[in-house]
Amino acid sequence: MSTAVKKTDEGAAPEPQPSKNGTSAKKGNAFTAGQKPRWVWAVVLAGALIIGAGITVLLGGEGFSVTGWLIFSAIVFVIGMYVTTRVMENKRRATDGLWRNLVWAAFFIALIPLISLLWTVFAQGLPTLLSNPSLLTEDMSTTNGATDQATVDEGAPLAGGFVHGLIGTLMITVLATVISVPIGLMASIYLTEYSRGGLFARSITFFVDVMTGIPSIVAGLFAFAAVNLFVTTFLGTSPAHLQMVKMGLTASIALSVLMIPVVVRSTEEMLRVVPNELREASYALGVRKWKTIMKVVLPTSISGIASGVTLAIARVAGETAPILVTAGFLATTTWNPFNGWMTALPVYIYRQLINPTAPGAPLPSELRAWAAALVLIVIVMLLNLIARIVAQAFAPAKTGR
Amino acid sequence: MAKRIDTVDLNVYYGSFLAVEDVNIRIEPRSVTAFIGPSGCGKTTFLRTINRMHEVLPGAYADGKILLDGDNIYDPGVDPVNIRAEVGMVFQRPNPFPTMSIRENVLAGYKLNGTRLSKSDADAILEKSLRGANLWNEVKDRLDKPGSGLSGGQQQRLCIARTVAVEPSVILMDEPCSALDPISTLAVEDLINQLKEDYTVVIVTHNMQQAARVADKTAFFNIQGTGKPGQLIEYADTKTIFQNPENEQTLNYISGRFG
Repeated sequence: MSTAVKKTDEGAAPEPQPSKNGTSAKKGNAFTAGQKPRWVWAVVLAGALIIGAGITVLLGGEGFSVTGWLIFSAIVFVIGMYVTTRVMENKRRATDGLWRNLVWAAFFIALIPLISLLWTVFAQGLPTLLSNPSLLTEDMSTTNGATDQATVDEGAPLAGGFVHGLIGTLMITVLATVISVPIGLMASIYLTEYSRGGLFARSITFFVDVMTGIPSIVAGLFAFAAVNLFVTTFLGTSPAHLQMVKMGLTASIALSVLMIPVVVRSTEEMLRVVPNELREASYALGVRKWKTIMKVVLPTSISGIASGVTLAIARVAGETAPILVTAGFLATTTWNPFNGWMTALPVYIYRQLINPTAPGAPLPSELRAWAAALVLIVIVMLLNLIARIVAQAFAPAKTGR
Repeated sequence: MAKRIDTVDLNVYYGSFLAVEDVNIRIEPRSVTAFIGPSGCGKTTFLRTINRMHEVLPGAYADGKILLDGDNIYDPGVDPVNIRAEVGMVFQRPNPFPTMSIRENVLAGYKLNGTRLSKSDADAILEKSLRGANLWNEVKDRLDKPGSGLSGGQQQRLCIARTVAVEPSVILMDEPCSALDPISTLAVEDLINQLKEDYTVVIVTHNMQQAARVADKTAFFNIQGTGKPGQLIEYADTKTIFQNPENEQTLNYISGRFG
């Protein structure tokens, strides 16, 4: 039915074209009469930019603020467009245009922090990273106050690096993913496929929602307390045992506390949009429930699940507080998350800024922190990108209809 | 291969709501039986009890007996999964698995159950099922393309091929043509006529002409009012139902006075 309707639409579409040629012979088109010319907005924009510059100079005193200029210009532009349209066309169109411009303005305002953040991090971090690629391959084991002092005083090359932070972030995040994904996936499978909306399922949903709001430092303290309890109960209370509570694994547990609710929620959404017809089609072939879930429901929703998981990873990869209280920090590289302290990239940034390696010459520490921040942002952006690619790659082939 | 279906005092419930009341019907093997009736009269609900799909919904259950060649499928201890392998179902909207190719869709019954098939067996089943569904000539050159790329009518025949591939003894069809255009409908109806040579076919339809065209016997279901259970009003040869019904309600329905 719908295809038939479409066909008549397409068939009808070419018809107005000859009449368009006909009207071009006349003066103007009856339907476009009374409209302001297309270039008006450009003129208003140019005027707004000039007036905005004027206002900024008048109010700004010394120095010219680009931000102020843009904000004043935007205000003048929105008002200017309203007035011009009102004068040249009518009130209805003016109001329509006003709202459109306000929505656009809100969109740009929302973009400002993001762009400004990216700009700052790239501007601060990129030059350091490009001139000192060794930052990516060295740790801080040979760097101390003296080397940093030498960098500042004598222009010696920037010492140290954050490869240990990269490795730490990698190991801790991978472990957190290994813990969270099976639990989160199974919980959401229970919620969508097995629970029949009972009290138990509703309380799980409620607590998952509560868990999404847990402050990350609380998750860190929880993991610390839990591992502490486990170690002191089952292994012993000697100082060596107490020491081993702080390790990469504890940080992974803390991160998985933050990650599980995100995975549950996103996976649940994805499983719910799998049409029930597919489950029934599978049941009707005499396929058991768990095979239906494994081979029909999960493959159909795998793209959404994978991108949800990747976004959850991206979210926890930037956590600082829970890792600081559970895995501490270290100047040397370690690959072992089950023994001893471990540094993650966010903790490294935090430590470098708060406790510079050379208290008398904090500049090298700041440079390293910015470079590390840049790398962290790039990692998170890459994860987001991977999420999109994964979603595309796994998506079921589109229908040809 | 085809089996006879007998229902004995079958009541079908959604929770505490009685949806279909006291159905007693005998459906002969190698025949096409159509269920007709107004919306909400319980045709589909009853159909779904025949392969125990009804109870997939939360709170839904059926009470009574359905005998498949004399064996009660509602005996305690009967595994519904085995019943569903025996009684296949085609749904209202074509629902090929979107992640699978045409070949995988046809073989889904084996593939999903983890049954190992040799390449030659798989190819034989594939061709036989697709030929059985009158689809072979249209898709034989693109068996590895996704099933969702076919037209609606082709998708529905693909779903029939998928059902036929596991060699059930009964095929249930829940308004199989309601989402299809007239030409695809004709193709599916031709197919139903062929299927009855090997299977017991039960079809729910809103289209009385369709029932008259394809069915050997027709059952008319009706409902006395909102909230009341649906009932089997009359069950007879299709000719009798459409030309000389015994019950006044049936006469009113087929003559278009309600419904």
